[in-house]
Amino acid sequence: MQEQHIASAFDRELESIQAMIMKMGGMVETAIHQASLSLESRDEELANKVRLADKQIDAIEEQINQEAARVIALRAPTAGDLRTVLTVIKISANLERCGDYAKNLAKRNSVLVKLHPVGGTGRSIRRMAREVELMLKDVLDAYIQRNVELAEHVRQRDQDVDQMYNAMFREFLTHMMEDPRNITACMHLHFIAKNIERTGDHITSIAEQVIYLVTGEMPDEDRPKGDQSPYEFSETGSI
Amino acid sequence: MKDTNFDDQFVQAKDIKMSARGVQVFYGDNHAIKDVNVDIADNTVTAFIGPSGCGKSTFLRCLNRMNDTISSCRIQGLIAMDGQNIYAPKVDPVQLRAKVGMVFQKPNPFAKSIYDNIAYGPRIHGLAANKNDLDEIVEKSLRRGAIWDEVKDRLNEPGNGLSGGQQQRLCIARAIATAPEVLLMDEPCSALDPIATAQIEELIDELRSNYSVVIITHSMQQAARVSQKTAFFHLGNLVEHGETGQIFTNPQDPRTESYITGRIG
Repeated sequence: MQEQHIASAFDRELESIQAMIMKMGGMVETAIHQASLSLESRDEELANKVRLADKQIDAIEEQINQEAARVIALRAPTAGDLRTVLTVIKISANLERCGDYAKNLAKRNSVLVKLHPVGGTGRSIRRMAREVELMLKDVLDAYIQRNVELAEHVRQRDQDVDQMYNAMFREFLTHMMEDPRNITACMHLHFIAKNIERTGDHITSIAEQVIYLVTGEMPDEDRPKGDQSPYEFSETGSI
Repeated sequence: MKDTNFDDQFVQAKDIKMSARGVQVFYGDNHAIKDVNVDIADNTVTAFIGPSGCGKSTFLRCLNRMNDTISSCRIQGLIAMDGQNIYAPKVDPVQLRAKVGMVFQKPNPFAKSIYDNIAYGPRIHGLAANKNDLDEIVEKSLRRGAIWDEVKDRLNEPGNGLSGGQQQRLCIARAIATAPEVLLMDEPCSALDPIATAQIEELIDELRSNYSVVIITHSMQQAARVSQKTAFFHLGNLVEHGETGQIFTNPQDPRTESYITGRIG
C-alpha cells in the first residue's frame, strides 16, 4: 500500500511499529548468530552476552504489543491496516520465542564448555543455525518488501532445517551408544538442535503471516514437513 | 423504466428481498448512478458506504421511488421487490412506500402528538379497523422502536418535545407502524450522541429478524457494527458488495481498501 492515510499520524504510527519489528528481528538474528558462534568456539563470555541481550528483545516485544493495542483502540484499523497490526502482534510473539531459544542455547553452552566436545557436532549445529539465520534474514526482507514469493520460499526451506535436525538426531544417538560418557553433552546438544529446529518453525510462521498480510489469506497447510524424529528408533535397540 | 421486460429470472433465491439490475440514474445531464447490480437480502442489514456524492442516497431513494418527486430525475434498469418490478405502471408509489419505509438523517417527527405520529400511517393506509386496533399498533410500534417505556405516559405530548435520540426512535417506530417489509435508513444516527446511536444500532439489529434493513452511514465503524452485508459506492459505481467481515478485513477492490482505511482514493 503506497498511498498515504489522510491522517498522517496514522502512517507514522504504523511505520514506527514496523520499524520496531525490524529492529527486533535484527536483535534476534544477532542472538542466533552469536549463540551458535559461542557454541562452536566454546566462548562463555559471548554466550553470556546473548543471555543478557534477551531482556531487550522481551522489552521490545512488550513495546510492540502496547503500540499495537494503542493503534487498535485509537485508529480502529481496517483491511490492510488491520492485517498490518494483527501480523505485527503475531510476528513479535514469534520473534520473542526465537530469542528465547537463542538464550536457551547460550545457557546450555555454559554447561557444555565444561564437558568434552562430542565429535563434529559443534560444526553441524553451527551450520543448522546458519541456515535458520538466513531464513530469518529473508523473512524479514519479505516482510518489509511485502514479498509473497520470498516468504513462500522461506516457508519451503524449513524442511531443510528439519532434515538437518533428523541427521543430527541420529548422530547424537550414535555418539551416545558409542560412549555413555557422551550422554550429558548429547542431551544438551539435542535440546539445542531441537530449539534451532523450533526456531525454523517460528520463522515459517512469520513467513505465513507475511503471506496473510499481503494476500489476506493464510497459505494452505501443504507445506512439506521433514521432521521424522518422532518415528525414529534405534535399530540396535541398545538404549 | 423502459426496460420492463422483467420476469422472475433474477430473483430466484427466496431470501433476496430486493434486486437491482443495470440501474442507471440521471439528474438532467448528470449521470449519478452507473449500472448498479445488487441484491438486498431479506432479514439482513445491508450498509451502503462511500464518500459524499457517490450516489448511495440516490440509489437508496430509488428503492422506494422517492426520486419520483424529482422531475429532472430519470431512472433506467430494473428494481424488483419479491420479484415484482416496483416501477411497473400498476404499482402505486404510496403503497410501495408503506412497504418500503424510510428514516432520514434528521429526526423529523410531525408536529403532532407522539400517538398521532405513529397513528398517521396506519390511518391513511386503513390498517386499523377501530380505535382499539390503532392503540395496539401504536403500542406495538413504539415497543419495537425501543421507546415505549420512555413515552407511554405522555403519548399526547408533541413528538418534537422529545430528545434527538428519542425523536429518531419515534421516526423509526413511525416507519414500522405501516408494517413495512424493507426499512431504508439514510444516516439515521449522524445527529445523535453515542448512547442514542448505540440504542438505534441495537434496535436495527432487532429489526433485522422481521425486516430487511438498508442503512447509509458515513461511519465505517457503524457499518461494521450493524451490517451483515456492505456495499461500497464510488462516483456512481457500485465498486464492491459483499459480506461485511470480508469487506473490512480483505476488500477485493483497491478503491474499497483506500476508502475504508482512510486513504486518499
